[in-house]
Amino acid sequence: MSRRLRQSSVGAWRFYLVAAVLLALLGLLLGRILMLQVVTSDRGREFLQDQGEMRAVRTAEIPAYRGLITDRRGEPLAVSTPVISIWADPSLLGGSDRLPELAQALGMPLSELDERLARYAGKRFMYLQRHRVPAEAREILARRIPGVYGEREYQRYYPAGEVAAQLVGFTNVDGSGIAGLELSYEDWLRGIPGKKQYIKDLHGDAVRDIGVLEPARPGRDLRLSIDLRLQVLQHRELQRAVAQTGADSGTVVTLDAHSGEVLAMVSYPVYNPNSRRNIDPGSTRNRAMTDEYEPGSTMKPLTLVAALESGRYTTDTVIDTSPGRIRVGRKTLPDPRNYGEITVSRVIEKSSQVGVTKIALDIGHEPVWKVFQRLGIGQPLGTGFPGEQSGLLPSRPRWRPIEEVTLAFGYGLTVTPLQLARAYTVFANGGVLRPVSLLALDGGELPEGQQVISPDIAADVLTVLERVTGEHGTARRARVEGYAVGGKTGTVHQVGAQGYIDDKYRALFAGVAPAHDPRIVTVVVLNGPKGDEYGGGAVAAPVFSRVASGALRLLNVVPDAPEAVVAAAPGRPGGAV
Amino acid sequence: MGDYVRQLPGSSAGLSRRPGATQRFHLDLPLLGLLLVLTLFGLVVLYSASGQNMGAVIRQGRFILVGFVVMIAAAQFSLQRFQRWGPLFYLVGVALLVAVDVAGVGAKGAQRWLSIGGFRFQPSEIMKLTVPMTVAWYLADRTLPPRFKYIVACLTIIAIPSALILIQPDLGTSLLIAASGMFVVFMAGIGWGYIFGAVLLAVASAWPVWMYGLKEYQQQRILTLLNPESDKLGAGWNIIQSKTAIGSGGWEGKGWLKGTQSQLDFLPESHTDFIIAVLAEEWGLRGVIILMGLYLLILLRGFWIGIHAQSSYGRLMAGSLTLTFFVYIFVNMGMVAGLLPVVGVPLPLVSAGGTSVVTLMAGFGLLMAVSTEPRRVVH
Repeated sequence: MSRRLRQSSVGAWRFYLVAAVLLALLGLLLGRILMLQVVTSDRGREFLQDQGEMRAVRTAEIPAYRGLITDRRGEPLAVSTPVISIWADPSLLGGSDRLPELAQALGMPLSELDERLARYAGKRFMYLQRHRVPAEAREILARRIPGVYGEREYQRYYPAGEVAAQLVGFTNVDGSGIAGLELSYEDWLRGIPGKKQYIKDLHGDAVRDIGVLEPARPGRDLRLSIDLRLQVLQHRELQRAVAQTGADSGTVVTLDAHSGEVLAMVSYPVYNPNSRRNIDPGSTRNRAMTDEYEPGSTMKPLTLVAALESGRYTTDTVIDTSPGRIRVGRKTLPDPRNYGEITVSRVIEKSSQVGVTKIALDIGHEPVWKVFQRLGIGQPLGTGFPGEQSGLLPSRPRWRPIEEVTLAFGYGLTVTPLQLARAYTVFANGGVLRPVSLLALDGGELPEGQQVISPDIAADVLTVLERVTGEHGTARRARVEGYAVGGKTGTVHQVGAQGYIDDKYRALFAGVAPAHDPRIVTVVVLNGPKGDEYGGGAVAAPVFSRVASGALRLLNVVPDAPEAVVAAAPGRPGGAV
Repeated sequence: MGDYVRQLPGSSAGLSRRPGATQRFHLDLPLLGLLLVLTLFGLVVLYSASGQNMGAVIRQGRFILVGFVVMIAAAQFSLQRFQRWGPLFYLVGVALLVAVDVAGVGAKGAQRWLSIGGFRFQPSEIMKLTVPMTVAWYLADRTLPPRFKYIVACLTIIAIPSALILIQPDLGTSLLIAASGMFVVFMAGIGWGYIFGAVLLAVASAWPVWMYGLKEYQQQRILTLLNPESDKLGAGWNIIQSKTAIGSGGWEGKGWLKGTQSQLDFLPESHTDFIIAVLAEEWGLRGVIILMGLYLLILLRGFWIGIHAQSSYGRLMAGSLTLTFFVYIFVNMGMVAGLLPVVGVPLPLVSAGGTSVVTLMAGFGLLMAVSTEPRRVVH
């Protein structure tokens, strides 16, 4: 009895003691967890939270959508399409027994895959294949081969293909513009990549998106001034002309006569921007802007301006061109035949060397040089197009007589076809010179122009240009059915290492249409036409005719010369030889 | 009038006359309620910790159901019967342990399982109950506090199964079983002199054993246990990941099913030994406090039963089982929180695993038997 009582009390005492010790120990545990979870110390809660996030939370880039490039009517010229690039972690993939399966899925020889893995051994990143179609890429990724991952990217696609290839340019595999307008408007087109956070698990697989830190900012769209319909037409006509004349290369550019917008701009040779393997670098040249040539006789209308401005000539002033040749210094300049006494207008119509030489010697080089300069020859166009040339209008301290004369008919200076076209807009535009634009000008507001010659003289020149395509002119083949058009031919020797090459020519034509209320200015250049016909009137003028014919119809221009329809109806447009 | 008052509901005097259902079925209602809440809470945590695997939850739920059945069944036996049968089970258990060492099934480099007719179980689990039962049986009929020679006999009862489990090898379980037996000796009122003497001996022997008894690689292994950061990818991995999980939970936690450490496989053994790290990450400190509160109430109820036990055997068993339960909790939480070395001890009634649940519930059944032991008339 007493033993039981004592024992009982001792037991209870022990129980209380033990309970107290247990409470203390539980308190210790709770304190420990409290330190880890709530108390801030250098290895406490914040450290551990960071550790947890470092393990699982990753930040990834959200690719930004690159801006669209369209023509003036909204037809797409360059679009970005989503693709998936497949990459690998070589340190995980190397030595995998699933390499043959992977190689087969990628459509790549196993030896090549092995060789590339060996090259990247020890690294943690390598591309296996860029820009796969999403459906195919997902099929490969669905095999869940360890160390193989996908990354979303955008690939540039050019719906117009080769038609606008040189103008639009292209991007590299990382989506940065490296040629053409893709390069010059890189900052405009390029978006700003966003950032997102996601959670990955121990195996490196993304498990859950947490959210977007910064949304990707898409690039801005670019609306070009070109009209894809006209571009296609011009492309087709240039291709045909090259095929018919055997020319090495060529370019055609069409400007809106009033606004200075480039409506179409094509070059030959061409390339396919959607498959750029093994392309010839020469085919990427946008020749209307990047090539400069001696313009030859296409400069004579500008010389005419200088003559009219001098006050000593009108278009009807008579000049004696007999006996059909003239000697300047040690050189004799011939006309094809003796035209006799002809008006200034007829001098341009016939492109008489003797007539122009006499005018040039009379008024001197300075007025001619100044007119050229005022009309933008030798001046940069400032489009920012990569590789754009500004031509060269040399300013000499002393001019020999032959240099004065050759300047007047377009030798000893270089222009780009676009510069030449722009100079012709002055005649079409009442003497006002406007900047050219590769982008569509929105609204009715035209960029401020400069009155560089008087409207009267511009009208006079326009009349003369129309006569060039008339019955007695050199550019009868430039005529367009139903419309009166004007223009000037040019034929120059190409320049080689030893100076002018006797049997290599360049055929040019610069024209406006319609002649009475011009809407377009087109310049055609064909380099190295083969065969008996090589002159501007023979090979370049017909290209102008067909381009202008299509363009006027596309632009809904009312025919201004219905009688010409009747005259030319049986034959080809402007069918006279 | 007086009779009328007495029959009002809530009058304890009235109810005490007629034994209620709980009394008849030998149930301890507070303990039963706490265990129900704890196991249900555990299943909710397990769903998240197992990677939202409903199958694992159902399987564990089945184990818990079996556990409750075993507990209620065990509660029906009288303490005398436990007292008499305990040593028998002890002998069977020792025999099975020998069998395991000879013909056991391996798992993770250790032989712990015995397979009988396709049914696999760990004999060491049986010892968790039978060792304290046997020690209590041995001491209950002797004068307490026990004399020295009885203490030596108790230590022998404890040492045999502990040694057998140690060579499996399973250091953690071996120590736990040794502790459960020692608690009986302690609760029997062993003199403080013995306790302090044992502690002093252990401390004094630690240094020479460390210096001369262990090889260098063994020392290194122990140092790693104490400082997991020195071996981040090896032995330290578990503990670093679990500390990160706990710490990143904060006060409020990341939300159920939203813990990154546990859901993304960073945390190993997240549904078994390290399940409390999942709780801490997803429920925050609040969840940990709820869980510890539940455990504390169960422990206090266990001690209450021990203090009010009618027999020495009941008192010894209640005290020892409650202490053992506490040790499981403390060792597991201490391990996960980086306080103690990593030994494979599950969180009682919450970690996935069948045998552990059934053994623990059998222990609680014994506790209920103690609590509903018929009152003895004091002469």
